Amino acid sequence: MKALRDVFGDTLVSLGSTNPDVVVLDADLANSTKADKFAMAYPARFLQMGIAEQNCVGVAVGLASLGFVPWLSSFTVFFTHRAIDPIRMLVAQTQANVKIGAAYAGLMTGLTGKTHQDVQDLAIMRAMPDMTVLAPADAIEGEAIIRWATEYEGPVFVRLARDASADVFDQEYRFVPGRTISLKEGGDVLLISTGPQSVRCLQAAELLQGQGISAGVLHVPSIKPVNKEEIVKAAEKVKLVVTVEEHSIYGGLGGLVAEILSEASPRRVIRFGIEDRWGESAPNDYLLDAFRMSPARLGERIQKLVA
Amino acid sequence: MTSTTDYQELEALARKGRWLAISTVAGSGAGHVGGPFSAMDIMVALYFRVMKVRPEEPKWPERDRFILSKGHSSIGQYVVMALRGFLPVEELKTFDKGGSRLQGHPDVTKLPGLETSTGSLGQGLSVGLGFALGARMRGQKFHTFVMMGDGELQEGMIWEALHIAPRYKLGNLTAILDWNGLQQFGWVLAINEQHRGDRRDPWSGIDLRGTFEKLGWRCLEINGHDFSQIVPALESAKASGDSDQPTMIIAHTIKGKGVHFTEGKHEWHSKVATKEELKIVAAQLGIVEAGV
Ligand SMILES: Cc1ncc(C[n+]2csc(CCOP(=O)(O)OP(=O)(O)O)c2C)c(N)n1
Ligand SMILES: [Mg+2]
Repeated sequence: MKALRDVFGDTLVSLGSTNPDVVVLDADLANSTKADKFAMAYPARFLQMGIAEQNCVGVAVGLASLGFVPWLSSFTVFFTHRAIDPIRMLVAQTQANVKIGAAYAGLMTGLTGKTHQDVQDLAIMRAMPDMTVLAPADAIEGEAIIRWATEYEGPVFVRLARDASADVFDQEYRFVPGRTISLKEGGDVLLISTGPQSVRCLQAAELLQGQGISAGVLHVPSIKPVNKEEIVKAAEKVKLVVTVEEHSIYGGLGGLVAEILSEASPRRVIRFGIEDRWGESAPNDYLLDAFRMSPARLGERIQKLVA
Repeated sequence: MTSTTDYQELEALARKGRWLAISTVAGSGAGHVGGPFSAMDIMVALYFRVMKVRPEEPKWPERDRFILSKGHSSIGQYVVMALRGFLPVEELKTFDKGGSRLQGHPDVTKLPGLETSTGSLGQGLSVGLGFALGARMRGQKFHTFVMMGDGELQEGMIWEALHIAPRYKLGNLTAILDWNGLQQFGWVLAINEQHRGDRRDPWSGIDLRGTFEKLGWRCLEINGHDFSQIVPALESAKASGDSDQPTMIIAHTIKGKGVHFTEGKHEWHSKVATKEELKIVAAQLGIVEAGV
């Protein structure tokens, strides 16, 4: 169990030792995102762009055209909101080989509150042609995704939670873009989730097991591209599909699943997530409880739905 | 005019403010210290001497406006507002906890007395410009003050506002630059390089004053920890409200000012003091009722 931000920093350091083209551009948050580990290891390839996210994105595009593999370090919210136009026009529309390390994604940003919480990023980035959008659940998947993104040629957005989640994968794990992963089979209800919320869904499913409810959990680390057939197949095995995400219920994973199923295999899809309101400053446990995303709260909600 | 004893009163308030800020952050388990400490003296001067405000009537139309554009220093503003009577000092305990009016970054929808929300850096001056422009269009006489950080000054949006304010001749707008020489991570010092803080001053070697002046701002340069410079500068800015030039107060400050181990240390940008450290803080700030 390792915080995803440490995974980000450590994996960049490891990549830096084998790939001299890997560079990191920071918008003055390296000691939060843990890109500072790379700064210590390879000071000449660490470029401090200051508190100026739009410029940072543009510079990365220039570097990418010379064969560098730029990783960007800032909070998710400052990429998907402050720097979205350069990301749209310069990165996505030119298919630039820029990697967005979107740190502190979701609600749990270390007590900073709604100004720093990003629960719209998946909706925004999903709607961006040519952008690959990935959201790892645990440390092992996080590392695999960061390595994959570095090798892949093209824009990648990696949604990284700040803190640690319990390990669900082992060293055998291999990331395949588009692939969904069944973390648990279940016949009554299928929870479809992404990022560390998948781990909380697995914990909820275990709680539900004790109450005689058989809940499956399907993890979607690759929001875009995504293997639609796998989602349809998994959904067709159960009576009820519930999407769960640490994100707005609009346009993110819930939107994705509802779109796929309504076209291919219409059925009821319940979306759990943040319901059209802003977050607030509070400890993680408080937020998970208040937004009904903790394993216990999820268990209660599923139980009510199934009853 | 203002007497020495008056400045001593402000100094005492600022010491108390620093104590409340660092101890509140310690109580909530997260928050900023360096930025609130560098901005504390100026905010005390604004709220206690310079701005006309009515704590009991925060929406009073004639009030002067203050925007803390460097919103991560929120606890500093909350503390000064509490001492001034906008909220109970007791309420500071709720900072950063669920359901609080005192969010990690200032939230105008939660706490009366705030003028806008800040937290994503670089946006406050534009709102202040709108206040000042609106006041002119409506014939209102209030003054608008906006405080920005020196790291924050790297945001392009600030420069978008910097060249518009003089075009509209907004003498009723004052920007205050909290030039404390440090941001969050910044640039490491080269061997033998000497700066005020333990990282490179983001604007060292750059003629900021000349740059602002060329854009059309009237510039005042002060020691941002000396009330005998702070109060007259703010008053002079306010007195030129009918003039045709916005004022930029360049305040030379020290990040973490007030306690020896927080001064000039970038790690104290955001950090929680231990119990032991709080004892030292209380002693250095001369806080007797601290109870630590
Ligand atoms: C747009 C944006 N980018 C990044 C941050 C994260 N951040 C918060 S404070 C800070 C450093 C600010 O430095 P400065 O403006 O000098 O403030 P001070 O030294 O007074 O604390 C950074 C990078 C932010 N809040 N907003
Ligand atoms: Mg600063």
